[in-house]
Amino acid sequence: MIQSQQLLQPILRETASQTAGPYVHIGLAPQAAGFEIFERNFGNVLVDDRTEGERIRIEGRVFDGIGTVLKDVLIEIWQANAAGRYAHPADRQPGKVVDPHFRGWGRACTDFDSGVYSFDTIKPGSVTGRNGRAMAPHISFWIVARGINLGLNTRMYFSDEAQANAADPVINLIEWEQRRATLIAQREERKGGVPVYRFDIRLQGEGETVFFDV
Amino acid sequence: MTFAPPPLGRFPQPDAEYLMRDTTSHPPALAPAYKTSVLRSPKCALISLQQSLSEVTAPVFDASELGPLDNDLILNAAKDGLPVGERIVVHGYVHDQLGRPVKNALVEVWQCNASGRYRHKKDQYIGALDPNFGGCGRVLTDANGYYAYRTIRPGPYPWRNRVNEWRPAHIHYAISGNGWVQRLITQMYFEGDPLIPDCPILKSVPSEEQVRGLIALQDRSHFVPLDSRAYRFDIVLRGHRATLFENRVQAPVEGAST
Repeated sequence: MIQSQQLLQPILRETASQTAGPYVHIGLAPQAAGFEIFERNFGNVLVDDRTEGERIRIEGRVFDGIGTVLKDVLIEIWQANAAGRYAHPADRQPGKVVDPHFRGWGRACTDFDSGVYSFDTIKPGSVTGRNGRAMAPHISFWIVARGINLGLNTRMYFSDEAQANAADPVINLIEWEQRRATLIAQREERKGGVPVYRFDIRLQGEGETVFFDV
Repeated sequence: MTFAPPPLGRFPQPDAEYLMRDTTSHPPALAPAYKTSVLRSPKCALISLQQSLSEVTAPVFDASELGPLDNDLILNAAKDGLPVGERIVVHGYVHDQLGRPVKNALVEVWQCNASGRYRHKKDQYIGALDPNFGGCGRVLTDANGYYAYRTIRPGPYPWRNRVNEWRPAHIHYAISGNGWVQRLITQMYFEGDPLIPDCPILKSVPSEEQVRGLIALQDRSHFVPLDSRAYRFDIVLRGHRATLFENRVQAPVEGAST
């Protein structure tokens, strides 16, 4: 049934975005700014020892238009659990359950010296996309920093999921095939450690990461 | 009332999607007067994505994750006294583009102190640090989308853009709503600040109407007598559009084509 009243409602404008500025750490990661204030901090470790799924680490750097490694970037990620379910009430995919030990959200800053950011998480399962089409396992990224006027959205996919990636409805939306590779994190096995996926983000110019208008 | 979904076409899709982002509400990625944006703005057009579960879901926060003083910047870093500066309450509503309250939204704020100095190891401004002021806080909106916190009014400060560039006094906001696409970072300014018209960051906002939306108004009705003044700042996040049909399909339709 058409909800006509809703359709006639005036649409307000979204509040204008503004840059996160150079001191974003104070608000969102005060420990990185150099002080302790909150009892509980939101950070880059998404798992505890009871979380289900394959432990992975994501590492990368963020580059500007002339290849400079940026050291003042804040990144947030959002992902499904190992079964491919989001810890959110709007996800009602049949047969998949929430993992009480996994929210699927994390926040990291690029290091002030090396520019490296990292997340400790698990590899997500596949989520059903629009029209019932499976999406390849992926993690949503949101990138803010000084000089970024509106937060940038992108997705990270996994190099060891070539078949699923080839069928992914979002990757296939990118008409320039050579740009698709910018979304694929490369898996590296490290001795005695968890597998690491390298995911570098290029804000501008050669090899520019695909960003989405969601 | 029952509704049989068509075998082909729009089902299944997320229960509810968010309205397409109106990019004219925001500063462009490249705003040359704000020099840092020149090398940090993508040159390629953004790829437009129809929303899936990945975009309409978002982390859910619980009040137990916040501390009792997280929304009180006057006290949450005080050591041996109160911070210096004008005491203010900032409050308002977070709603979506259809005017509905956004409940349980995480509102995170950060700012410099009354001298214009941030408690950040990278801030070298000569303005003094205040031993009793941290400059960050956070609060969850209630069932009406309402939030409030108490703080010290921040000072203006110089920054390196042009030689004699000054930021109007402002408080940074990061808001996490109910869907990933509602995530928003912005800054709140203060009514009457003479630095507002000359700020290249604020001037990158494409319309006067949108700039006005970033300026908090003094709200005399919420002054705390003999204690604090108050400012009102409302926030609009992306609109949440329920599906047009009330009977939603819960599971993928067999044989649905794309």
